[in-house]
Formats: sequence, C-alpha cells, structure tokens
Amino acid sequence: MKRNIISLALAGTALVATTAYAEDVTLTIESWRNDDLTLWQDKIIPAFEAEHPGIKVKFTPSAPAEYNAVLNSKLDAGSAGDLITCRPFDASLALYDAGHLADLGGMEAMGNFSDVAKSAWQTDDGSASFCVPMASVIHGFIYNKDAFAELGIQVPNTEAEFFAALDKIKEDGSYIPMAMGTNDQWEAATMGYNNIGPNYWKGEEGRLALIKGEQKLTDPQWVAPYATLAKWGGYLGDGYEAQTYPDSQNLFTLGRAAVYPAGSWEISGFNALVDFEMGAFKPPVQNAGDTCYISDHTDIGIGMNTKTANPDAAKTFLSWVASPEFASIFGNALPGFFPLSSTPVELEDPLAKEIVGWRGECESTIRSTYQILSRGTPNLENDTWGASVAAIKGTTSPEELGQKLQDGLASWYAPQQ
Amino acid sequence: MQKPRIRWHIAVFLAPAVLVYTAVMIFPLFNTLRLSLFSKIDQERVYVGLQNFQTLFGDPIWSEQFWNALGNNFWFFLIHMLVQNPIGIALAAVLSHPRLRFAALYRSAIFIPTILSFVIVGFAWKLILSPIWGIAPGMLDAVGLKSLFAPWLGKEEYALTTLALISVWQFVGIPMMLIYAALLSIPEEVLEAGEIDGITGMSAFWKIKLPLILPSIGIISILTFVGNFNAFDLIYAAQGALAGPDFSTDILGTFMYRTFFGFQLQLGDPHMGSAIAGAMFAIILVGVCIYLFGIQTRMRRYQL
Repeated sequence: MKRNIISLALAGTALVATTAYAEDVTLTIESWRNDDLTLWQDKIIPAFEAEHPGIKVKFTPSAPAEYNAVLNSKLDAGSAGDLITCRPFDASLALYDAGHLADLGGMEAMGNFSDVAKSAWQTDDGSASFCVPMASVIHGFIYNKDAFAELGIQVPNTEAEFFAALDKIKEDGSYIPMAMGTNDQWEAATMGYNNIGPNYWKGEEGRLALIKGEQKLTDPQWVAPYATLAKWGGYLGDGYEAQTYPDSQNLFTLGRAAVYPAGSWEISGFNALVDFEMGAFKPPVQNAGDTCYISDHTDIGIGMNTKTANPDAAKTFLSWVASPEFASIFGNALPGFFPLSSTPVELEDPLAKEIVGWRGECESTIRSTYQILSRGTPNLENDTWGASVAAIKGTTSPEELGQKLQDGLASWYAPQQ
Repeated sequence: MQKPRIRWHIAVFLAPAVLVYTAVMIFPLFNTLRLSLFSKIDQERVYVGLQNFQTLFGDPIWSEQFWNALGNNFWFFLIHMLVQNPIGIALAAVLSHPRLRFAALYRSAIFIPTILSFVIVGFAWKLILSPIWGIAPGMLDAVGLKSLFAPWLGKEEYALTTLALISVWQFVGIPMMLIYAALLSIPEEVLEAGEIDGITGMSAFWKIKLPLILPSIGIISILTFVGNFNAFDLIYAAQGALAGPDFSTDILGTFMYRTFFGFQLQLGDPHMGSAIAGAMFAIILVGVCIYLFGIQTRMRRYQL
C-alpha cells in the first residue's frame, strides 16, 4: 500500500514535470543488470541528466536469466524500451538481424573504441556495429601477496617462473598452490584455457585465423595450452575434481590457497571478503621478453531500438555512454568491469587498476570460442569446457583433445572443412 | 417404456479433472510431439516430418549423446531397482514387526527426505561429500578408512552411481510406505493359519507376505521406472546442465533440457528438444506397456 502511494506520488511528479517542460523526452533502458540499479539511479542517470536537460532516463532491468526471453517478447510486441543493453555476440546479432537493433556505424563516438572492443556487436563481416561497448572483463591470476612474501616468491612473468613458484608453494605445504576445481567445468575453459591460451595463439591473430579457417584447432598453438593445463592438475587442492566454483572462491578468500586463476569480475566480491593483500599477475609468457596477450573479454554493450520514438535523444545518450565521463563513473562503481573506450580511465581500486594497466603492456583479445565459432552443433564453447577439464585431469592427451574439437567444428563450420 | 435418463452428474463431476488434466498435461504432450515434426529454417517454422528423429538417431554427434544418456538412465534405474526397492521392502518388513519400539519415529525419519526439494538434497549432499568442507572425509578418517574417500561427484567412474544412491536415499521412503501399507492389510488370520502349519519368522515373510505384496512391488517398479526416465532435477541441481564430469551423469532429462532451452553460448532448439522429449515419451510408453500387458496381467492375485 505504501509502495502504491509512493509510485502514485512519483507518477504525479512525473506528470507535472512533463507538463512543465513539454519538450522533455523519456528514454527507457532495458537491461539484465538488476544488480546495478542503484548505480544507475544514483550516479549514471543524474550525471547524464545534469548535462542534457530535456532528456529523462529510466533504467528498467529484469532478472538476468529471464532477460533474453523478456526482451524478445517485448520487442515483438513493440513495447520494448528505447535503449537495449546488449549481450555479446550471437544473442545481439540475432536482434540486429531481426531488425530490432539500429546500425550505429555512422555514430562519431564509435571511433572511441578499438576493433576488438567492437567485435562483440558487429555483423560477421564487421560492416555494421549495433551496440556501444560498455565493459569488459580481463583474465589473469590474483594472488595472495602475504603468502608470496612469506614464502619469498617473486611474481612470475614466464611460464617456467610460474611453475617454479607453484612448486615452491607446494613444497612448503601451508597453502594450496592454486584454487580451481573442475566440477563446474566452465572455470577450466574460461579461467584456464582462454586465460593462458592467447599467449600461445597470439591473441587476435590466431583467433581471426581460426575463424577464417587458416588455422586449425589441431595446430600446435591451439593444442599447447592443453598441455600446460595438464600440468595444473598437480597444483590444485585435494579432490579438485569435485571442487565447485564457490569452493574455489572460498579457498582463496579464506587464505588457504595462494593463487587464483581469475576473471576481473571477482574483484569487488573478493575485496569484501579477504583480510590479506591481493595482487595480480598476467598470464605468464613462454620466454622472457615475449609479447604478452590478455583476454579482455567484451561483456556488456548498449544499443538502440529501431522502433524508438526518440532516435535523436537515444543517440545523444549512446554518445555519452561512449564518452570518458561515463567510463570513469562506470569503471569506478564496478571495479572489475572495465570500460572499453580507448581513452584510459583513472580507476581507484588498486587491484582493478593493476589489472587494467595490462592493456598498455599487452595485446588485447577476446575468448577464442565466442565469436561465430559457437553457433553450430556441437557447440565449440561447451566442448572446450569438457576438453579443458579432461586436460587438467589428464584423462585425454592434448593432441586427441585438439583433434576432437577440430572434428566437431569442421562438422558444421564451412571455413574449417 | 421410459427413456433412459441422461446422467449429467457424471459429466459434471468428471469435467474439472478432465479439463485441468487436458490443459496442463494432454495438450502440452501432443503439442510437444507436434513441435518435434518442425524445424526452424531462415526464421520460419517449417514442417520437416521425421527429419529431427533422423538427426537424433542418425547423426553421430546427436546419437552418441542420446545413447550415452539412455545408457546412463538405465544404470540410474537399475541402481534404484537393486538398492532402493529391496531396502524399502526390508524396512517395511522391519517396521511392520509388532514388537518394534519407536516404529512411528523411524517411519517419519526415513520418509522425511522424500518431501525435501531436489535442490536442497543436491546441495546438502554436495556439501557432505565435498573434499574440502565435507563431513564425509572426516567421518571416514575417524574409522580409519580415509583412503577409501574419493571426490566421488567429480570422477567419471563414480559420479552417476553416487547420484543414484543419493536419489535412493531421498526416495527410499516411498516403496517403504507403499509396502508397509500392503503388509498391514494382510489379515492376521492368514498369518495365524500359517503359524499353525509351522510357518513362522522369516519363512512367513517369504512364503506368505511376499506373494501377497507382489502387486504392490509391481506398482513400485513401474513408478520407479517412470520417475527415473523422467528424472532431471537432482542431476541438474548437483552437476548442472552439462551433467559433468564429461557427460558421465547425463540422462535423457538433462540432455533434453540442454537442447531445448540452450546452454551458455548454445542457443536453444525447441524442435530437436521436442524430438528428444518424444523419444523419452516413447521409451516410457513402451516400458509401461510391457509392464501392463506382460507382467501385471500374469500376476497372481489372492483374494483376502
């Protein structure tokens, strides 16, 4: 009842406001990030509205698991909001193909983003971009600084140093060298294979060659990461086969494990839980001095509904999302979700700052299986989960895994046939 | 001659159940079967006849997954038949013993897991068996058997059996209750007559009670069969839609879910999913028919 009164009151003020400024337009944003509701209402929207009088913005998120279905039915019924938060790759591409998302290629602000950043929201040939990239997550390793200091371990840069460090932790015995399990499978692929892999297949170069069919999953640069993962098995905790993702998070935050193969999205969660100092190091290269590659995976974008009544206002908003100002508000409110614009953003969180700093030292790429290659059956991403787990457990040899994935991909993907 | 009256009350009394059942069970069932005959080509739904079934059984990628899931499903069923039902019968026999004290307490304690949600059972057992925080390693350690512990849910060779046993733990109360009721309905006179003829104790169970509860055991078997081939929840709650490790716990239910609704980057395919659901329906139908016509009609019934 109380809530009803408040919403009535709100509706009342909104009515008054609209009558007062007849030219005011309201933009509605569809999103799955209901976790970020307060961030939008308290920080992002007021900042935008202060600069652009005459445009009001409403953020109306739905539950993450329901978002795709809810959005599709709203779009079909013509009741969807003016702005649409975009999932990466095929889910959004399907919306563009169905005519729901507008081509933003002509927008000047799109120049603020690199090709890798835009790749998640482009047609396969790259001719049209339909969402403004908002944020990405970066892979690497988070480590317990206190444990490293206690054991006298330097942060590893090369693979040899990495395994030497793990050996030393294992020998000492007071910490589990690395916190990861294979029960939920995805960590092995996401924080394992696609974390260390870009150093082998040289980031974008290898990823694009695979899409074009110039490289195969049986090539050494695609098989070698499995051989490296096979060595991980010995450094994971006892019974890692049944260890789940939350188990691994807890092992690390409780200080029982020294290294955590991570995605940057963990930062804010970990900050709240740990009582030791955390640091991060990037995926180790094979030889000292090699160019390093990081997985800087595009995760959230925002696009425009083709049926919006206020295309100009929507474009103004999208241009603002592409601006450094938005990047700074967003990046600092959600440490670990890094803005994608080419202008560097000053982040306050030390761990997030350390990780985002890798962008300057290394070449960025995205997860190898996400664009185009996971469209058919068998699904390459899901198969990569299984393959990475099998590599860590040592149940299948790296060469056999490469062959199996290649056979699966070649069965439906023409450039690989 | 008087015209036979139309007995409206029969239709009126049947209507609610028939309507509800048709709306929520029969219509969706046939609609699913219909959906399996279509496919989506270029954003259009096209009638393709039995092509989805041809893909399911003919394409090695699909058929390998299907047979794997079916094989796992049979193993899951077998464990229930070999472990759950004999234990259920044994528990019922013990509980129906007139001199057992606290029978009501045991009965409730054994039956309670049945009313728990799958999610709770899956989560609780995952914690119990967890190699990190679980109490299972500690308990084995206390009796000096730590070496027997393995991360069962994470090993290809044990995971499915472990989950089947968890499900047995959860549902052993159902056969127990049904058999218990059947045992209670056996008249005292029959047992007393047997006693006079010198049949007592264990042989009274084997020679008098067991033949009398056979029809109940038949019903339990068919309930177990239908329940197991429709199973999905426990595997999904404990191992996720990919039914790891390496699909070793994948049963028809999880395979159907993954295909129908999609998973991670895999987009859902309602038509192939319906084809799998159709195959599940056929398997269950055949199983139930074998039971109804092959077993139930031949079972001897005793008038009590």
